[in-house]
Amino acid sequence: MNRRQSIKALSVTALSAGLLLDACKTDTSKNTSEVDHTNLEYAAGLQDFEKERLEKLYAQPNFFNEHERNTLVILGDLIIPADAVSGSASDAKVIDFIEFIVKDIPDHQVPLRGGLKWLDMQCFSLYGKSFSGCSKDQQVEMLELIAYPGKTKPEFHQGEEFFNRVRNLVATGFYTSKVGIKDLGYVGNTPNKWKGVPAEVLQQYNLKDE
Amino acid sequence: MGDVQIKESAEQYDVLIVGSGAGGGMAGYVLANAGIKVLMLEAGPFFDPVKQSQQLKWPYESPRRGAGTTRAFGDFDAAYGGWQIEGEPYTTKDKTEFQWFRSRMLGGKTNHWGRISLRMGPLDFQPTDGLSDPWPITYEELKPFYDKVDRMIGVYGTNEGLENDPDGIFLAPPKPRLNEIFIKNGAAKAGVKVIAGRGSVLTEELPGNKDRGACFYCGQCGRSCKVYGDFSASSCLVIPAIKTGNLKVITNAMVRQVLTDKEGKATGVSYVDKTDGQEYQLKAKVVVLGASACESARILLNSATAQHTGGLANASGVVGKYLHDSTGASLGGFLPQLMDRKRYNEDGVGSVHIYSPWWLDNKKLDFPRGYHIEYGGGMHMPSYGFGGGIAKMNGAVPGRDGQTKPGGGFGASLKDDYRRFYGTQVGMAGRGTALARKENFCEIDPNVVDKFGIPVLRFNYTWSNEEIKQAKHMIDTFQEIMHQMGAVITSTIQGPETNYGLEAPGRIIHEVGTVRMGNDPKTSALNKWCQAHDCKNLFVVDAAPFVQQGDKNATWTILALSMRTAEYILDQRKKQNI
Ligand SMILES: Cc1cc2nc3c(=O)[nH]c(=O)nc-3n(C[C@H](O)[C@H](O)[C@H](O)COP(=O)(O)OP(=O)(O)OC[C@H]3O[C@@H](n4cnc5c(N)ncnc54)[C@H](O)[C@@H]3O)c2cc1C
Ligand code: SF4
Repeated sequence: MNRRQSIKALSVTALSAGLLLDACKTDTSKNTSEVDHTNLEYAAGLQDFEKERLEKLYAQPNFFNEHERNTLVILGDLIIPADAVSGSASDAKVIDFIEFIVKDIPDHQVPLRGGLKWLDMQCFSLYGKSFSGCSKDQQVEMLELIAYPGKTKPEFHQGEEFFNRVRNLVATGFYTSKVGIKDLGYVGNTPNKWKGVPAEVLQQYNLKDE
Repeated sequence: MGDVQIKESAEQYDVLIVGSGAGGGMAGYVLANAGIKVLMLEAGPFFDPVKQSQQLKWPYESPRRGAGTTRAFGDFDAAYGGWQIEGEPYTTKDKTEFQWFRSRMLGGKTNHWGRISLRMGPLDFQPTDGLSDPWPITYEELKPFYDKVDRMIGVYGTNEGLENDPDGIFLAPPKPRLNEIFIKNGAAKAGVKVIAGRGSVLTEELPGNKDRGACFYCGQCGRSCKVYGDFSASSCLVIPAIKTGNLKVITNAMVRQVLTDKEGKATGVSYVDKTDGQEYQLKAKVVVLGASACESARILLNSATAQHTGGLANASGVVGKYLHDSTGASLGGFLPQLMDRKRYNEDGVGSVHIYSPWWLDNKKLDFPRGYHIEYGGGMHMPSYGFGGGIAKMNGAVPGRDGQTKPGGGFGASLKDDYRRFYGTQVGMAGRGTALARKENFCEIDPNVVDKFGIPVLRFNYTWSNEEIKQAKHMIDTFQEIMHQMGAVITSTIQGPETNYGLEAPGRIIHEVGTVRMGNDPKTSALNKWCQAHDCKNLFVVDAAPFVQQGDKNATWTILALSMRTAEYILDQRKKQNI
C-alpha cells in the first residue's frame, strides 16, 4: 500500500504507524471476489448486501440515452469550465458519477429526465433547437434564466429547480474527484499531527488560540 | 419447511450478555478479565476496525462519493444498520413520531458515535428543578467508575471546575481550528462560555496500553479507527476481552427472549441464528441485557410468562415507559472573513474540538434544565452534497469586483466561488435535557412481528412545552453567536410552526430510560445496581436504566454504570447471592 511512504514521512508515533501499516496489509481479495468491476479497495469493508447492490447497479444498462448524456456533459462544462487552476467537469468524468447516482438514488431520475426535456422544449420555443443544438451563446442565455434562485421568473421556476439539482450534482461529481480535490486545495486525509492553527494564519486574522 | 426445532445447549455459562455495544462490551470486558466464563450474543456481524473500517479512503473510491444510500451517515461511515432495517420494522402510535437508529454489528453504535464523552453532573443525578425524578445514586457514587473509565479508555478535555460538568482524568485536548477560534470569540461576546471539547480519542498514547495507537488526526472517527485511536466497544472492549480466553461471542445471534424458570429466575435466553435461521436456547447463571435501551425493553416485554405477566422485570409496569432522547436543534452559516483562506490540513480529531457546557441559571428562564452546544466547520474532505449551499452563500456577500451578484450561477465565476467559500462554513447544534415522562414510551405492537417472528416495538412520543421552549432558546442563542462572530446565517430560521427546529424524537440517538432504576419496586424495574427487582440474576447495562438524562450525551455514563454493575455481579457471585 502506497501509504507506507506518507506515514513514514510524517510525525506519527511509532506505535500508530506500526498498527496502521498492519491494517493496510490486510488481504482484501477474498472479500471482493464477487465484485470485479468495483474498486477492490472500496469493496473491502462492505457488507454483503452492499456488494450485491453495487453489482446489480453496475449490471443495469445506462439510464440516460445518448442525447440526454450529451446534454448533461454540455451542462456540466457550462457549470464547471476549465480555467487556469483545473480542468472542466468532463475532464473529471462527472457524467459517469451522475449516471451512477441516478441508479443509486432513483429519486433523481424523474426530475433529471423531465428537466432535460423541459430544457429542450424551452430552447425549441426560443431558438427552434434542442439545448445541445443551440449555440454556446444561446445556451448561456437560456441558463441565465434559471441559474439564480430567487430571481427566476415564475414561468421558469421548474427550470430553476432542475438547474439547482444539476449544479449540485456536478459540484459533487467534480469536487469529489482527484481533479476537484486538488483544485480546492484540500490537503488532509493523511496521517499527521494537528498542532493548532499555523502561526502565520493566526497572525493574518489577528487571533490567539488560547 | 420441517417442524420447528429448538436446539438446546447443555452447557451453562456463568454470565450471558446480550449485545456488544458500550454497555454489553464493558460488562463483558470486566467480567472476562475477572476470569469468569462469559458468552456474548450479538445480533450483527463481527466488526474489527483494523480490517473493516473505511478510514483514509477518498471520496472517489466510492462510486456514490460517500452518499448515504446504504449507510445513514454516508458510504464511509462505520455503522451497519440505520434508521430502518429491512425485515425489522418498528411502528408508531397515534401518529406520533419516533425515529430509532440501530447499528447491527460488533460494538453497536460505538463504532461510529461522535466520541463526545461527558460525565453527568451532581444535579443531573439529584435534580432540583421539581420536575424530573432523582436517580437512586449520586454523582459521588458513580465518580470512581467515571474515573476508571477515563483511565482505561482515555478521554481528552480540560479541568474547569464547573459544578455540574465534572472534571475528569484528561488527555490533552486538540487545539481549536480557525473557525472554532472565531466561534469561541463570537460566543464569548454573546455571553456563552466555550471550553475544550471532551472526547474519547487518544491525543496521546494511553499509559500502559500497547494495543492502541495514538490518534494521527484524520478527523474520521465516524469510520472507526484502524489503530484503535478512538473508543469503539469492538476494538477497545470486546476484542481485548475475547483475547483473555474467557469471552466467547456468537455473532448474527438475534435474541428473542430471556428464559425463566418456575420461580421466576432467569435461566438463559433463546435466539435465532441469522445465518442458518435455527432457534437456539442457551443456559446461564446470570443474564445481562445490553441490547440498547429500546431493544432491551423489547426483549423484557417479549419475555412475559405466568410468573412475569406483562413482561420480565415489569411488575411495576414501567418497562418501555419514560423513554427520552436528547433535544436537538441546529443552525448553519459561513464566515465571510474566511473567504480565500490559506489551505493546510486541519482535519484534527473526529470528535469535537470545542463545546459549550450549559452556562445559564434556570431561575431566569421559562424552561427547566438546559443544553450544551457542539460546534463544527472548516476545510473538510469533500463528499456527496459538496457545494450544495453555494446559492445561499455567493449571493450574500460582494464578489471580487465589490459587486454583490445574485446567488447561484454557473461558469468560471461560480467555479471561483466554490474555491473562495471552501472552508468558511460554521455550524452549531444544541443537545439538551428532555424530560423523562411516563407518557412517552415504547411497547409491543400487538399486530406486527419482524422477519424472525419477534413482536416489534411501537413508539409513542410527543415533545412537551419545556422542550419546545428550550429549542427556541437554542435558536435565539445560535443567532446571537453567529451575529457576534460576523457570520452569515444560511439556515432557515425555524419558528413555532416547526417547534423552532426541534428535531423529531429519536433523531439525536441518545434514547434512554426504558427500564428505569429506582429504590421503589413499584415505580422502577431495576434496583440501584441495575439488577431487576423481581429477578435477581437479571441485569441491564445499556442506557435503559437511566432515570433522567442530563444534557450530556449518554455513553460515558453507560460505560461507568455498566462497569459498576459488572463489579457488583462479581461481588454477588462471590457472596453466592446469584
Ligand atoms: C451518529 C451517532 C453519533 C453519536 N454520538 C455520540 C456522542 O458523541 N456521545 C455519546 O455519548 N453518544 C453518542 N451516540 C450514542 C451512542 O452511540 C450510544 O449511546 C451507545 O452506543 C449506546 O450503547 P449501547 O450499548 O446501549 O447500545 P449499542 O451501542 O446500540 O449496542 C447494542 C448492541 O446490541 C445488539 N443487539 C440489539 N438487539 C439485539 C438482540 N435482540 N439480540 C442480540 N443483540 C442485539 C446490537 O446489534 C448492538 O450491537 C451517538 C450515536 C450515533 C448513532
Ligand atoms: S481522528 Fe484520530 S482517533 Fe479518529 S479515526 Fe482519525 S486517527 Fe483515529
